[in-house]
Amino acid sequence: MTTILSIRDLRKSYADGFEALKGVSLDIEQGEILALLGPNGAGKTTLISTICGITTPSSGSVTVGGHDIQTEFRAARRMIGLVPQEIALEPFEKVWNTVRFSRGLFGLGRDNARLEEILRKLSLWEKRGNAIRELSGGMKRRVLIAKALAHEPRVLFLDEPTAGVDVELRKDMWEIVAELKRAGVTIILTTHYIEEAEAIADRVGVIDKGELLLVQDKDTLMAQMGKKQIEVMLTEPIPTIPSSLAAHNLVLNGSGDTLVYTYDTHADRTGITTLLNDVAQAGLVLRDVQTRQSSLEEIFVNLVSGEPA
Amino acid sequence: MNWSAIAAIYRFEMQRFFRTLAQSFLSPVLSTSLYFVVFGTAIGSRIQEVEGVSYGAFIVPGLIMLSVVMLSISNASFGIYFPKFLGTIYELLSAPVNFIEIVIGYVGAAATKALFVGVVILITATFFVDLRIEHPLAMMAFLVLTCLSFSLLGFIIGIWASNFEQMSLVPQLVVTPLIFLGGTFYSISMLPPVWQTITLFNPVVYLISGFRWSFYGLADVPIAFSLLAILAFTGICLGIIGWIFKTGWRIRS
Repeated sequence: MTTILSIRDLRKSYADGFEALKGVSLDIEQGEILALLGPNGAGKTTLISTICGITTPSSGSVTVGGHDIQTEFRAARRMIGLVPQEIALEPFEKVWNTVRFSRGLFGLGRDNARLEEILRKLSLWEKRGNAIRELSGGMKRRVLIAKALAHEPRVLFLDEPTAGVDVELRKDMWEIVAELKRAGVTIILTTHYIEEAEAIADRVGVIDKGELLLVQDKDTLMAQMGKKQIEVMLTEPIPTIPSSLAAHNLVLNGSGDTLVYTYDTHADRTGITTLLNDVAQAGLVLRDVQTRQSSLEEIFVNLVSGEPA
Repeated sequence: MNWSAIAAIYRFEMQRFFRTLAQSFLSPVLSTSLYFVVFGTAIGSRIQEVEGVSYGAFIVPGLIMLSVVMLSISNASFGIYFPKFLGTIYELLSAPVNFIEIVIGYVGAAATKALFVGVVILITATFFVDLRIEHPLAMMAFLVLTCLSFSLLGFIIGIWASNFEQMSLVPQLVVTPLIFLGGTFYSISMLPPVWQTITLFNPVVYLISGFRWSFYGLADVPIAFSLLAILAFTGICLGIIGWIFKTGWRIRS
């Protein structure tokens, strides 16, 4: 794996003293999908804006494909495509013209075949002659993606690509992202939909109050930080947990027919066998048993609130 | 230089112009015709001649300047303010272009549009009055320089403005009075001596005087001063734009 984007101790503070980024360092490998999770105001957009050249960093460095974003800004920016969070488009302009404009702006010559390919992939080809104001919200978002892809970037930033988008379009977006990954494009997306990160990311970064709290392989993260629970469902409700089961720290649910046991998937002994033996010895009859793993969302909430998962 | 980007910006801006071509043509033709009817025919018939030129013909250079200056400012200020307002400026800021290329694209397009309208007004004027142009090259040079320099000013206004009200503030409160008091409709020699002196502090006087000289060989101030004034104004605007470029004022946080 080669590193395509390297961020070193990136800081951004504003005149009023607010520190939006407090020394972020991160390496992103070529061809991976990284999801940046964080609550509103965490610094996700500031991080992206700084890398893309919209905001000037206070200190620190960023290189894209080995090119420094400040001293070699042309080479660095040519490699980057940005899909902003807000839909920002010229309402009276035609789809085709605005996409062609983007390609020219990034210094690439005219290539109608390439633009046609991009528009077809995004189901925009039929709409190429339409003025942007005539398009639906979802279509406008596709135009933003088409503009970002018009100059064939190697790194694509998607700032909350599915905010306010319906379920079907969200699935479409995920499909587009998967296809870009297959084409070798590195993708960094911000989101506060945990399910989005869970569904498409290779790695997950959690950012809060301008600091990168962690960056980890998604599966490792979920395995490491995930608690697992066993729900033991009984045929007959019980009023209290029998004293013989006290050592297992069980929780009895409201209706009294389910015992919940929490354990660490990485512990040497999960204690499941002992638990089930003890349950049987206490004379309880099992109706069903099911396990549940904590989602990224729970992990995320725990991280941001500063409590251990 | 990212020439492709300059061309892309220029083409994009000109597309906006061609989309509303009828308006771009009609409004200057109509307003010029109105000026001729009101000032040239109704009032002008009582003034008759200024320094040997019929009043209708006398006001032509001033009228062209009036439109070209106002259009240059509004074209360029809207050109750059609109992306700021819509948020599409993110693309300019994240593109491999520097500020000079952005300025050339936007100011070039704004100046082209203003020049185009200036020529349309000149042609319209020939339907109302007998025009003669003694120094056609100087006339074109003045026209082009005026379009460019006031487009630069418009660009600065567009960067500075943070709402639509501010966009019309400078043109209405500063530029319009300066143009009207700059000898568009009269020769400075018609003013009382005190006002003649005060008027010399109005930079537009030099502009209109120089432009009128290229038509009729008549000037309120020496032609060299006119040329110097327009070059100095262009220089000041370029200086301010250079400073904006260096500091990222109102563009990059």
